[in-house]
Amino acid sequence: MSANKKMLTREINFTLNGSPVQVSVPVAENALIMLREELNLTGTKYGCGEGECGACSILMDGESVNACLMFAVDCDGREIVTVEGLAQDEVNDQLRDAFVEKGAVQCGFCSPGMMIAAKALLDKKPNANRDEIKRGLEGNICRCTGYVKIIDAVAAVSGTNQ
Amino acid sequence: MPTIEKESLIGKRVPKMDAPEKAAGRTRYVHDMNLPGQLIGKILRTDRIHAKILSMDTSAAEALPGVKAVITAKDMPAKMLGLNNDNPPLKGDKVRAERDEIAAVAAITEEIALEALKLIKVEYEDLPTLFDPRESEKEGAPHIQESKDSNVCMEFEYEHGDAAKAETEADFVIEDTFKLHYVTHACMGVSGVIADFDNITGNLTLHSNTQVPFLHKREFSEVLEMDPSRIRIIQPPIGGGFGSKLDIYPFEPIAVILAKKSRCPVKIVFTREEEFMASPTRQPAYINLRSGVKKDGTITSRVFDSLLDNGAYTSWGATIPFVMMQTASSFYRVTDCQYATKAVYTNNPTAGSFRGYGNLQATFAIEQHMDKMAEAVGMDPLEFRLKNAQEAGEVTGQGMHFKTCGFKECLSTAGEKSDFSRKFAENNANRGNGNPVKKGIGMASMLHVGGGAKIYPSDGCGTILKMDDFGHVTILTGASEIGQGSETVLSQLVCEELGVPLSAVTVVNNDTDITPWDVGVHASRTTFIGGNAAIGAAKLAKAKVLESASQVSNIPADQLDMRGGCIVRADDGEVIMQLGKLLRGMHFKDKAELVTTSFYYEPPSVHQDKGFKGDVSAAYAWATHVVEVEVDTETGIVTLDKVTAAHDVGRVLNEMSLEGQIEGGIIMGQGYALTEDLLVKEGRVITPNFRDYKMVTAPEIPEIDLSFIETQDGEGPQGAKGVGEAPSICMAAAVGNAIYNATGVRIYEAPYTPEKVYRALKGAVEAPSMAAE
Repeated sequence: MSANKKMLTREINFTLNGSPVQVSVPVAENALIMLREELNLTGTKYGCGEGECGACSILMDGESVNACLMFAVDCDGREIVTVEGLAQDEVNDQLRDAFVEKGAVQCGFCSPGMMIAAKALLDKKPNANRDEIKRGLEGNICRCTGYVKIIDAVAAVSGTNQ
Repeated sequence: MPTIEKESLIGKRVPKMDAPEKAAGRTRYVHDMNLPGQLIGKILRTDRIHAKILSMDTSAAEALPGVKAVITAKDMPAKMLGLNNDNPPLKGDKVRAERDEIAAVAAITEEIALEALKLIKVEYEDLPTLFDPRESEKEGAPHIQESKDSNVCMEFEYEHGDAAKAETEADFVIEDTFKLHYVTHACMGVSGVIADFDNITGNLTLHSNTQVPFLHKREFSEVLEMDPSRIRIIQPPIGGGFGSKLDIYPFEPIAVILAKKSRCPVKIVFTREEEFMASPTRQPAYINLRSGVKKDGTITSRVFDSLLDNGAYTSWGATIPFVMMQTASSFYRVTDCQYATKAVYTNNPTAGSFRGYGNLQATFAIEQHMDKMAEAVGMDPLEFRLKNAQEAGEVTGQGMHFKTCGFKECLSTAGEKSDFSRKFAENNANRGNGNPVKKGIGMASMLHVGGGAKIYPSDGCGTILKMDDFGHVTILTGASEIGQGSETVLSQLVCEELGVPLSAVTVVNNDTDITPWDVGVHASRTTFIGGNAAIGAAKLAKAKVLESASQVSNIPADQLDMRGGCIVRADDGEVIMQLGKLLRGMHFKDKAELVTTSFYYEPPSVHQDKGFKGDVSAAYAWATHVVEVEVDTETGIVTLDKVTAAHDVGRVLNEMSLEGQIEGGIIMGQGYALTEDLLVKEGRVITPNFRDYKMVTAPEIPEIDLSFIETQDGEGPQGAKGVGEAPSICMAAAVGNAIYNATGVRIYEAPYTPEKVYRALKGAVEAPSMAAE
C-alpha cells in the first residue's frame, strides 16, 4: 500500500460503552487502533498486537475478545465495552475495588485487560472458583504480580475461597 | 476533650495509591500520550549481523511526502552510549548485531514512516561472525569492537585466602559447569519515548520510561552534546521495569535528534517484536565451580570462574560480576575464595540489567553445587546449608558486614513448613518405583543487597516535604515508581511520623525539574534509601510543627505528638488543636517554613577498594525457597506444585505489596527455570513473540506459602530491607535440585523445558563445558 494513496474506509455504527457511535475507519485497521487513536480510549492497551497477551481485551456482545485481532469494521452493529465503560457503570465498582483492595495492581499495564477478562468471566460464572478464575484469566499476561492477587481479587467478588 | 490513640500503617495491608486509576484504565502511559504536532519516529535496523556499511542512500525516503526528518549516523553527535562507550546510537561504519539501528525517520503517520524506511538503500560487506562466547575469547578471533584490543569487554578477578591451598585440606572436591540461557524482561508496556525539543529556547523535555532519570539527564547531555540544565525528564507511569530501563538505548537519542531536525515532538514506541529483539536480555553464562568440603560438611574452598555473553555493546548490566562475586565469596562461610568473570563481545543480542543482576546465574550454579556437595558428604541439603550459613555479626572474607542476617531462620522456616527433609528422603527412596510421574523437592537460598548498592559514586536520594494549610502533605522524592509501590510505602513512612492519614498525602516522583536527586530505582534500594530520606524530611517537619504548637499551647514540644491530623498530648492523646488550623496560623511567621528537605546516603564514605573488598550495601537480604515439583518422565514435563518461601525482609512495611513483590518474583523465577527461553540462532532472535517466548500464565502458578523473617535492621526505614529483586533469584536452582531429587538426573543447563528434561532423562544432554569444541 502506498502511503500516498488514500486508504479505503467504511462507515460503521456500533454501541460503545452504552452510547451509539458512528465512525469512518480504514478497512484494514484493527479495533485496537480505532479505540486508541480515533476514539481516544487509551485504557485498552497494546501489548503484543497478536492476541497473545490480553492487554487489549474488550467486551464484544459480552464476550472478552482481543481488540488487536479484530478489524475495526467488525465492530459494526455490535455492543462494545472497554475498561472505560466498566468504570462508568457502578455495578462494576465492586470488581475495581477488589483489584485495589487485594493488591491486584502493580505497574497496571495489564490491569484494564484483566478487569475485562474478569468481568466476562463473572458475568458467566458469578460464583467461579479459583480454578475457573485461573482459566478465565489465562489469556492475559501479567509480568509483575504472579497472578496471585489478581485471582484473589476476582475470588473476592465471586465469593469463593477454593 | 476527645482523645486519639496512636495508629500505625506500618505492616498493614495498604492498597497501592495509584491502583484505582490504573484499574479504571485512566492512567496514561507514554504510549497513551500525544503532543500537539507530534510526529511518529521509526527506526531502520540492519538486515545483517556483522557487516561493514559501504553506502547508504536516504534520498527517496526524504522525498516521500509526509516525511519530516531522516537521520543517519552523520546526523548524530560523536559520543557513544554504554558503559564501555561502544554503542553509537546510529551505526555508520559497521553493524554488529541484528538489532543495530542504522537510520531513522520521523513522519506525520506511522504508515508513512514505515514506507520511508523501505526506501532507504544500504550496501554492506559481510564480516565473519561470532556467536559463541567461548570462541570470542580465543586468540585470533575477529574483533567485534574494532577499537578494542580484544573481545573481552569486562573482566573481574577477586580473591581472599588461598583457595588452592585450602582445597588440599578438603576430603572431597566437587567441580561442575553450568550454563544459563537468554531471557528478557518482557515488560507489558513496550519501550517508548516522546522527545519534545523546543528549538527556540533550546530546552528538551523527554517523556521517558527511564528508571534512573537523574543519571540519564547527565548521560543524555553528553550523548546529545547539550547543556544538562536544558534537559527535563518527565516519567509518565511506567508499564514495568525490572532493570530494563537502567540504560539509555539508541532509540532515545534517535528520538531527540529526529525532534531537533524536524522541529516537532517525536514519539517512538516499539512493536512487541522490536521489544523482544532490541531491548536487553539477561546475560547468558557459563559458570564453572570447584569447591572443597570436609567430611563434617565444612566448606574449605571455592573457585568460581564464569564467562558471560555480552553481545555487541556494553550496558550497565556488564557490572553484574559485582553481585555474582558476593554470592561466590560471602553467601556461605567460605574462608578461601577465588573468583573470575569475563564478559565477551559476540554478535548476539546485547545483554543488560535485569532484576537479580547476575545473581540468578550465580545462585543457579552455587545452590545446585551445594546439593552435590551435601550428597558427597552424606548430609541432608538443609543440614548442610545450616552448617555453612552466615550469621548476624559476621564480616566475610570480602569484607561484607552482616549486621542483621536471617539466613538460618529462612532455611529452618522454609525447611520446616515444607517438611523438606522427610519429603527429600522419601522422594529419594521412591525414585526406583514404577510410577512414571516422580515427585521432587528442592531448596535454594540467596543473598542479595538489601540496603542500596554502592556501584555509583553516590547511592543517595533526596526528599522535599511540604505541608499545606489543611494538613495535606506533598512528598517530592527522587525515587521513581515502576509499579513496585514505592509511592505508597514512602507515604506510609511519612504518615508514621506526621500522624496524618494516607489520604492526606500526595507523592510527586516523576519530574527532574521538580524532584530532588536520586540515583534511580534499581538494586532493591528504593524503600531503604528513598524511605530513609522521606523519614528524615518528615521528622524535620514534625519538629517544626510541634515547636509551633508548643508556642501556641504552652505545652513543651516533647510532650506533644501528631495523630489523626491533630496535635495531641503525647501521653494521653488528648486533642490540643487541629493540624490544619495550626498550619494556617503559621503562615509567614519566623522559622515557620513548611517545606523541609532531607537526603539519605549511608554511609557515604564506605566503598569497596580496588580489590573489591568492603561493604557494598548498608544491609543484606536473605531468602530460602523450597519447591515441590512433579516430573513426568514420559514427557519431560515439570509441573511446579508448591513454593514455600521465607524471606528476611528486615521488617514488613506493607504486607500486601510485599507479598505482591515476592509472588511476582517467584513467578518470574518460575519462568526463568521452566518456560522462558529467548532462542537466538546465528545472532537472530527466533522467538520474538509471546507464542514462542513462553511466559507463565495464571493456571500454571504454584501454591505459594510465604513467611517473613523480621530481623529489624538498625539502619533500615522502620527496620526494613529491600526485597525487590530477591524473590526471582533462587527459583531456577531450587527447581534444578527438585528435578534431581525426583529423578536422580542433574541437568546443568536451564531452562528445564520438556524437551531438555526428556532428553536429559534419556542421557542425551551433554554437560556444558567452559571450553569450546
